[in-house]
Amino acid sequence: MPKDSGIGAASKRREDVRFLTGNGRYTDDINVNGQAYVHFLRSDVAHAKINGINTEAAAAMPGVVRIFTGADFEGVGSIPCGWQVTDRHGAPMQEPAHPVLAQGKVRHVGDPIAAVVADSPAQARDAAEAIELDLEELPAVIDMKAAVADGATKVHDDLTSNLCYDWGFVEDNREAVDEAIKNAAHVTTLELVNNRLVANPMEPRVAVGDYSFATDEHTLYTTSQNPHVIRLLMGAFVLGIPEHKLRVVAPDVGGGFGTKIFHYAEEAFVTFAAKQLRRPVKWTCSRSEAFMSDAHGRDHVTKIELALDADNNFTALRTETYANMGAYLSTFAPSVPTWLHGTLMAGNYKTPLIYVNVKAVFTNTVPVDAYRGAGRPEATFQLERVVDKAARELGVDPIELRKQNFITEFPYATPVAVEYDTGDYNGTMDALEKMADFAGFDARLAESKAKGKLRGLGVNCYIEACGIAPSALVGQLGARAGLYESATVRVNATGGLVVMTGSHSHGQGHETSFAQVVADMIGIDENMVEIVHGDTANTPMGMGTYGSRSLAVGGSAMVRATEKIIAKAKKIAAHLMEAADGDIELKDGQFTVAGTDKSVAWGDVTLAAYVPHNYPLEEIEPGLEETAFYDPANFTYPAGAYACEVEVDPETGKVTIERFAAADDFGNVVNPMIVEGQVHGGLAQGIGQALLENCAYDEDGQLISGSYMDYAMPRADDVPMFQVDHSSQTPCTHNPLGVKGCGEAGAIGSPPSVVNAVVDALQRAGHTDVTHIDMPLTPGRVWSAMN
Amino acid sequence: MTNVTMKINGREVSGEVEGRTLLVDFLRSGQGMTGTHVGCDTSQCGACVVHVNGAAVKSCTMFAGEADGAEVTTIEGMANADGSLSTIQQAFQDHHGLQCGFCTPGMVMSAAALLKENPTPTEAEVRAYLEGNICRCTGYHNIVKAIMAASGQEVAPIAAE
Repeated sequence: MPKDSGIGAASKRREDVRFLTGNGRYTDDINVNGQAYVHFLRSDVAHAKINGINTEAAAAMPGVVRIFTGADFEGVGSIPCGWQVTDRHGAPMQEPAHPVLAQGKVRHVGDPIAAVVADSPAQARDAAEAIELDLEELPAVIDMKAAVADGATKVHDDLTSNLCYDWGFVEDNREAVDEAIKNAAHVTTLELVNNRLVANPMEPRVAVGDYSFATDEHTLYTTSQNPHVIRLLMGAFVLGIPEHKLRVVAPDVGGGFGTKIFHYAEEAFVTFAAKQLRRPVKWTCSRSEAFMSDAHGRDHVTKIELALDADNNFTALRTETYANMGAYLSTFAPSVPTWLHGTLMAGNYKTPLIYVNVKAVFTNTVPVDAYRGAGRPEATFQLERVVDKAARELGVDPIELRKQNFITEFPYATPVAVEYDTGDYNGTMDALEKMADFAGFDARLAESKAKGKLRGLGVNCYIEACGIAPSALVGQLGARAGLYESATVRVNATGGLVVMTGSHSHGQGHETSFAQVVADMIGIDENMVEIVHGDTANTPMGMGTYGSRSLAVGGSAMVRATEKIIAKAKKIAAHLMEAADGDIELKDGQFTVAGTDKSVAWGDVTLAAYVPHNYPLEEIEPGLEETAFYDPANFTYPAGAYACEVEVDPETGKVTIERFAAADDFGNVVNPMIVEGQVHGGLAQGIGQALLENCAYDEDGQLISGSYMDYAMPRADDVPMFQVDHSSQTPCTHNPLGVKGCGEAGAIGSPPSVVNAVVDALQRAGHTDVTHIDMPLTPGRVWSAMN
Repeated sequence: MTNVTMKINGREVSGEVEGRTLLVDFLRSGQGMTGTHVGCDTSQCGACVVHVNGAAVKSCTMFAGEADGAEVTTIEGMANADGSLSTIQQAFQDHHGLQCGFCTPGMVMSAAALLKENPTPTEAEVRAYLEGNICRCTGYHNIVKAIMAASGQEVAPIAAE
């Protein structure tokens, strides 16, 4: 039976009441007295020289306050990149400038050219249409391989080429891997595309800049997953505002999925303009604008080769990937195809030799950065597709081939520089087999056939590195930030607690699950704990929420701070009960002296801390408030096994997901209801990638999928009810909660099983030449593969 | 500018609007009722669904002027009179039918309209009805469960139970 409160309980979310009654406070719900509105005039061509911008007529239009262009930002810093990758020859990546408003050239459809500030949103939009642009179109660079060919047009004239970096990992393994592949009994090769996606949180981005001349203080309200990171990047690198004069507030945020990690030009613009204009400035992004200004995700083209010996043991793996960076380097873009991708290429398998080559390429497209999973879905997809293809080529069962090559002993140091602390891949596969009813597949296949449909079953495993990340390690790898997390626990006199976290919740339910952790440690009701996040003015410096890190890193900081609280409270309790500190025990909110019937309640101790009449003032300070920063010792390694069953209509090529089962090992689970919800959402995004979603550009760099009319978001009738299981639990060995993180698993683990299932369906129907179809598996693509 | 008057959640309000002012903008900016959300600009996402004279309407597809004289219900008007969550709202909380909460107002308004038309829908009927409401967080699983539960039908508990 699950617990009814604390760690392990499916506590209902306290956030829900405000969201269900229209009382959420999202950034667009915030209006500052006297605010003006900005509309960005964006490039409608992919690549052009700006010969002139005539704003005269527009500036004279009703309500226009001022029109800004790149010239107004010449003294302002470049939007910074937070990660420097070193290429395989030891040279730093090429890092172009990224101006707030375009200077000299536009480099993608959506690149902001001018910003019109007016009294109303409509007036700003109207005036933007009256700006006269003189753009000299240049050839657009869209295809990645063409972008790095000799003589290609350069996206950035001051760089030597469109190659951001050529990364090799582990470079010392290169020759040994080549040799192993040359001498292998069998080599399976696969070329594939990991399709470009748009994260599409339902809340579009919004930014409101405010400035007080009285105090010289800036406030930025923004839709961010990490307000402190925005404060640091924008304050230190772009606008030159010290942290104590810059407050960043990210209130209720309507989903992020990675694309709200990054520092964007619009945030810098409204902060800058509010001071220039002595007036608050608000920007609300439209959905169509989001498609051409939110950082995109994925967009890899990969060739992968898996070598096996005569006994079907994996002996070597070699990959070559082209990774699209877009026109500028978004905040964490360089890390995604490298350290979040190459390090995961061992997957769940004991392949002894691995070499990963990644060429990151600039193109005239929107910048590409982390999207749910970030690098790990790309690694999982290619690995789990090539393993499936190998099983088919060798005529062996794909599950058995996986099991044969599973890592079974932990800790396990992979040949790609990470050490898995714990795991049980047979455990999750066993859980999957029980849940997914593989035994009943043949009967379901017969039913599908009777309806004139094809049916297929696809299985895959995944591993991810979460709990991002040990600061010293990522510093060596090029991160320009630490990746610890913080918490301040403030106990009030009457015993209630306020916990201020540097993590950020934008749908994950932290206000509920974090309270469960702290309440459980003390043994009090969850409702006595309030969680505060999202405002740099009242939370300690934190790195925010992404990479399934909040519970593993932020939760651990909370545990450490609460431990300090408990240690101090025990001293106070010892004084009150005239006992030794070491004899005090805390259980169910009561302090007792071991071996006696003496006790004081939590509330008596907290009151004594703030009304210190009878208090050991000579030994400890009054008050009860502690802060902890937690820097993880390692990543965490959630893993699992997924199964998908599809039906394919042979007449149309339409794929329907009939069954989907996900068995995950997240280590310990704080709130199983929330964990399951995270998995469901990830699965829908992964299925969306596999079947529906594609961010497409034409050869001129026009964004073809620029709205919900063209970009196929998964709808309720595109997905089935999911079967999920997280009963296979190997707790993380290095964080105090034993948790691993669950936010990205569904999106990482699901695309390969969908594609494996469709290929299986086609193979079973006699289309034996179909070994791969690139995502998304639209009816047209599937039909073409069959015909 | 023209003056419009309408009853929102039982309260009569009026205001000056441009011909192009959308109902959703009148609600959000004109009336400060920010519970109704804007998630797209092509009438696809359904975050802005309200009821106009009892029918579910995407308030981004309707001009404020068209709602002159209408009775409008928004998410702010969906709780019980004592402020407690209505059956549908409570089912969304009980079954974790929301995460970030941004699509939620539209989902609740659509769910209410569905159950009025079809008090005991099948799972397939719920999914089909939600065609015009996009959620990016939940994978729809728990939204479908919540709506089925709100209709009084048995639904599976979470897997851990």
